[in-house]
Amino acid sequence: MTNAPLRPGTSKDTERDEPLLVVEDLTVRFPTQDGEVAAVQNLSYSVELGKTLGIVGESGSGKSVSSMAVLGLHDERSAKISGSIRIRGREVVGLPEKDMRKLRGSEVAMIFQDALAALHPFFKVGDQLAEAYQVHHSSASDRDARRKSIEMLDRVGIPQPDQRINDFPHQFSGGMRQRAMIAMGLINDPSLLIADEPTTALDVTVQAQILDLLQELQREFNSAVIIITHDLGVIAEMADDVLVMYAGRCVEYGTAKEILTHPEMPYTWGLLSSVPDVTASTDARLIPIPGTPPSLLNPPTGCAFHPRCTHRDKVAGDLCFTEMPELSEAKGNPAHVKRCHLPDPDAIYQTDVLPEIAPDLVKDNR
Amino acid sequence: MFAYVIKRLLSGVVVLFLISMSVFLLFWFGPSEPAQTICDNDTQNRCTPARLAVFRENLGFNNPWYEEYGTFMKGVAVGRDIQFGSTTVFECNAPCLGYSYRTKAPVFEEMKTRMPATFSVAIGGGFLYLALGVPIGVAAARRRGTLADKALVSAFLVVSSIPYYLFALLAWLYLTISWEVPLFAQTGYFPITDNPAKWFSGMLLAWCALGAFGCTQYTRYTRGSMVEVLSEDYIRTAKAKGLGANKVVYKHGLRAALVPVVTIFGIDFGSLLAGTIFTERIFDIQGIGLWSLQAVFQRDLPVVAATALFGATVLIISNILVDVIYSVLDPRVRLS
Repeated sequence: MTNAPLRPGTSKDTERDEPLLVVEDLTVRFPTQDGEVAAVQNLSYSVELGKTLGIVGESGSGKSVSSMAVLGLHDERSAKISGSIRIRGREVVGLPEKDMRKLRGSEVAMIFQDALAALHPFFKVGDQLAEAYQVHHSSASDRDARRKSIEMLDRVGIPQPDQRINDFPHQFSGGMRQRAMIAMGLINDPSLLIADEPTTALDVTVQAQILDLLQELQREFNSAVIIITHDLGVIAEMADDVLVMYAGRCVEYGTAKEILTHPEMPYTWGLLSSVPDVTASTDARLIPIPGTPPSLLNPPTGCAFHPRCTHRDKVAGDLCFTEMPELSEAKGNPAHVKRCHLPDPDAIYQTDVLPEIAPDLVKDNR
Repeated sequence: MFAYVIKRLLSGVVVLFLISMSVFLLFWFGPSEPAQTICDNDTQNRCTPARLAVFRENLGFNNPWYEEYGTFMKGVAVGRDIQFGSTTVFECNAPCLGYSYRTKAPVFEEMKTRMPATFSVAIGGGFLYLALGVPIGVAAARRRGTLADKALVSAFLVVSSIPYYLFALLAWLYLTISWEVPLFAQTGYFPITDNPAKWFSGMLLAWCALGAFGCTQYTRYTRGSMVEVLSEDYIRTAKAKGLGANKVVYKHGLRAALVPVVTIFGIDFGSLLAGTIFTERIFDIQGIGLWSLQAVFQRDLPVVAATALFGATVLIISNILVDVIYSVLDPRVRLS
């Protein structure tokens, strides 16, 4: 796989064969009465057709804000967006609303968490699907749209779709609502599907079903998928690449395998330490990340994570407090970048962190 | 839903029964002497104690209240005979709401002649509440936080802070009297069946005054409801589908935002139908509201009771209608 992380300046003159989605140096700011909130800063990533990018981070880390920018869903009056977002080489930032609308739902679709709130409570499920189809197929008759809706509901595994099409969202179960949401997202065969915490509101068995369904559909439609989550379990199952966000910035980016086995940023360690694993040894400890996410109005000086970082005293001087670390290549792997001052983070992870959180893994890795 | 409506209608009947009894008792035990009114009226203010006694006897004020209330209710159900003075007997058909002490005309008949005026006021005014309030409210919600929105909200706050009677009176004084605007030259109710154009021009100023004043509230309701709805997840979903801004706002947004507005409107429209005292008084419209006002001043008990019952009936029916419309608008609401 050729996904060298796109740091500014690395992907020039590749208009033709650049990945499906390229985000470069994306910054989203919201001016408020108390000052400007920088929800996303200098974010760069890319997704290829058929691949899945997982974006991980706590609430307020800028995951959803950045992907809503891809669809141009931010209110122009309240959000200032700079940088570049290209879909099939076409610049989306600053695209007129009329053209943006043609992309939304057809080229790029989004499915949201909490399908009960995200589906309109007053319209029948079938009508909502048919509407999504007809926006982009203006010549399609109502009957065609209806047939297509039934077909999609059937495809996502809703029994008796020709009956259920006449139901309202509240008559569906939670899992079925999310399936209907997915059906609506895929009805126009988009090349990029953004799933914003698609399993958050669901119970665990249904979560697994939905994730399986997403993977299956991705193979079938060969679309690119961005899955936004705070659940590393979801990442492990779904993602090819992982982007870890903290306080609006990318703090670690690489292939899922790299990030899960050789994470180099203490925040990623924190996320990994707080994932429970039923099969893990009973000696494994669950270690929460201390503190709370920072205010984006007054972000901490230096590294945004330093107030919560348990490893900051391993960095010489007061670097962590004064200087924002640049994204730099992980040792021996140019496709893996991290934002950390620690001189040899992998070593610290293997010797200090891993024995604590997964003692049974240590032997395998050595 | 059918069973629900029946149930609500039955409970409505109980409410009407209680209201009829309270109105009846208020007058029965009240400080005024209804027989005095009718006696003065009948004798050109030369009422003698002897004549008063006759009236008292004829009108049943010497009987216990429950007996008289029974007579009254029986009249509503099957009709009855009413005796004024010593000789005159009126036959009052069901639904008999009595005879006016003043005009000696059957109350129900007069109510029927006054209803078209009040209904004209209510339908035109209610229409303008929504026809002005909802679009302005939506427009303000879409521009929320902008200068135009703030200016509109403050201007409407000023208008709605003026007492309505003053607002309507000023409208009439300036437009009809001072400036003699031809459009508003002759206010009042003229039967639509006689001359629709005259009916329209007679009602126009009343409608405009009601509409202009009432729409400020509906603008506020609609704006508030719309601002809330536009931040809902399903609006974001509608945008993410690629729908145009107008479709998002009107099809997905307004549909949901209208539900609370419709609820308030149902009750407001009911009150309009029950009689608009200020509007009818100021614009000289001989409707139910004006009639009830006069009846109170004249201690015309049967008319007061009848207008109170009429108002209650209209409000109860409009409340039931609101519930039914609610269940049509919001599929999650099941009437049972």
